[in-house]
Amino acid sequence: MRDHSKIIYSTMTVLLAMSPLFLNKYWVDVLNNVGLYAILGLSLNIIVGHAGLFNLGHAAFYAVGAYTAAIFNTRFNIPVLWLLPLCALSAGLFAAIVMRPIIHLRGDYLCIVTIGLGEIVRIALINDIFGITQGANGIFGIDRPSIFGISIRRPHEFFYLIWGFVAVSVFFFHRLENSRFGRALNYLREDEVAAEGSGINVAHYKLACFVIGAAWAGMVGDIFASKMTIISPESFSFWESVLLFTLILLGGSASIPGVILGAFLIVGLPEVFRGIANARMLIFGGAMIAMMIFRTEGILPSRPRRYVLPDESSGESRA
Amino acid sequence: MSMLCIKNLTKRFGGVMAVNDVSFEVPAGSIMGLIGPNGAGKTTVFNLITGICRPDQGEIIFDEKSIVNLLTHNIISLGIARTFQTIRLFQNLSVLENVLAGRHSRMKSGSLRAMLRTPFQRGEEEAAIAKAVQTLNFVGLRRDAAQLAKNLSYGNQRLLEIARALATEPRLLILDEPAGGMNEQETTNLITLIRKIRDQRTTILLIEHDMSLVMRVCENIVVLDYGAKISEGTAETVKNDPLVIEAYLGTDEE
Repeated sequence: MRDHSKIIYSTMTVLLAMSPLFLNKYWVDVLNNVGLYAILGLSLNIIVGHAGLFNLGHAAFYAVGAYTAAIFNTRFNIPVLWLLPLCALSAGLFAAIVMRPIIHLRGDYLCIVTIGLGEIVRIALINDIFGITQGANGIFGIDRPSIFGISIRRPHEFFYLIWGFVAVSVFFFHRLENSRFGRALNYLREDEVAAEGSGINVAHYKLACFVIGAAWAGMVGDIFASKMTIISPESFSFWESVLLFTLILLGGSASIPGVILGAFLIVGLPEVFRGIANARMLIFGGAMIAMMIFRTEGILPSRPRRYVLPDESSGESRA
Repeated sequence: MSMLCIKNLTKRFGGVMAVNDVSFEVPAGSIMGLIGPNGAGKTTVFNLITGICRPDQGEIIFDEKSIVNLLTHNIISLGIARTFQTIRLFQNLSVLENVLAGRHSRMKSGSLRAMLRTPFQRGEEEAAIAKAVQTLNFVGLRRDAAQLAKNLSYGNQRLLEIARALATEPRLLILDEPAGGMNEQETTNLITLIRKIRDQRTTILLIEHDMSLVMRVCENIVVLDYGAKISEGTAETVKNDPLVIEAYLGTDEE
């Protein structure tokens, strides 16, 4: 079973890595978008999938990262890739400050407040807050990223940057979820009172997962800004947050392969069905309803963690 | 020396006096029972001790330190652990992971160490798993380590709650109706287990409705009725206290 999925995943990875060789610009760009949403999905998955906190305002953190990159790049000419840590920091700090007073809200209440947060950020950007976001027109003239003096411009080049970032994200998030930290998030998702009663600082972990998720989304914002070279508040609408939320639920909550599959289905599939553009939202909606009825845990649901137990009988056993 | 000392504890919920001026001490190394009719305020006392709600008045002193204003997770890390009256396991996680929850407060690695998977983090993780398996062995659930908690039988879920609490290495273990829903055989095994826990120098405070268990296992008993303490002493004293008999059975005079 496990070897089986290993083969499938490695084949998919190799196929994906070689895809720019046989795909045209348009399709490579579609894959780039899928990649960006996959990373955003993974960052939201920590919050929604693992901690079970409904966040429908993730675009706000994404926006903070993107605008940090845009502002520092256009005003101070700092290369965009150098700005990655700063974008992570600003989005993470923003999350820490705004989530701190509302983190104790449960379920749908938290959900409503995060929707509000997303809208406030978007409207603040339109209103040219502090005179630095340039209003509804947005910021243009953001530099392309460059690695060792080689500028990244074409979709093929962006493909490797973005999917490299996906690989790094998968690597780190996989480690994160298989740790004391990841387990703590699962405990509070399952039962907050029992988690606190087992010695877990629930408020701390709720805030921590928001900060980590936001910081990661902030870095995606940086890449996005440099890919588009122009960003405006409309790129960070409520719809973006909804897409991210649905791709997690569709693909498989708390499951890394699930989230990536979700990104392919939500972002990639509509492009495939552009021919039947009028009906595609209908088909999409129907598919979502079918999912909710027949497979509530998502297409690739999360699997139980495996532990190596010190054992009297056999070396490795499943737990 | 007393492990836990409760002084004039009072808690109101609206107009209801849930706990009314209750004082008692739990001697170190003892097994103490807290009994009383339904709605007497027993679980509220437990919730006050573990910081789930705050008392209106009174002191709770654990190991010569006041714990009244501490948060629950801080109280747990000081060395008090509890189980719940209605089973509150992490149903969709494995039995092993449920016990690892108890190890949480004894571990240090945060998100950064987890992402970098430092040698310290790996060592800590291994030690935690070893300790969790040892605890599962202790309560007799080692074979079910890989099961999801929700797939265990009711009695075993109770044992798992105890294992999760024990994994925090408590000095005081608070059990809220540990035998609830257990059959005769399981209850007998539970009594053996409770004694075994005490023999490892863990003080035990328990609420129980099964009188045979309370009378067999508890060295001291406190009886609550309508939030107030009406009796205290050994099983023998309490059993013959007219006030206790009245609280449980009522009087003829009415």
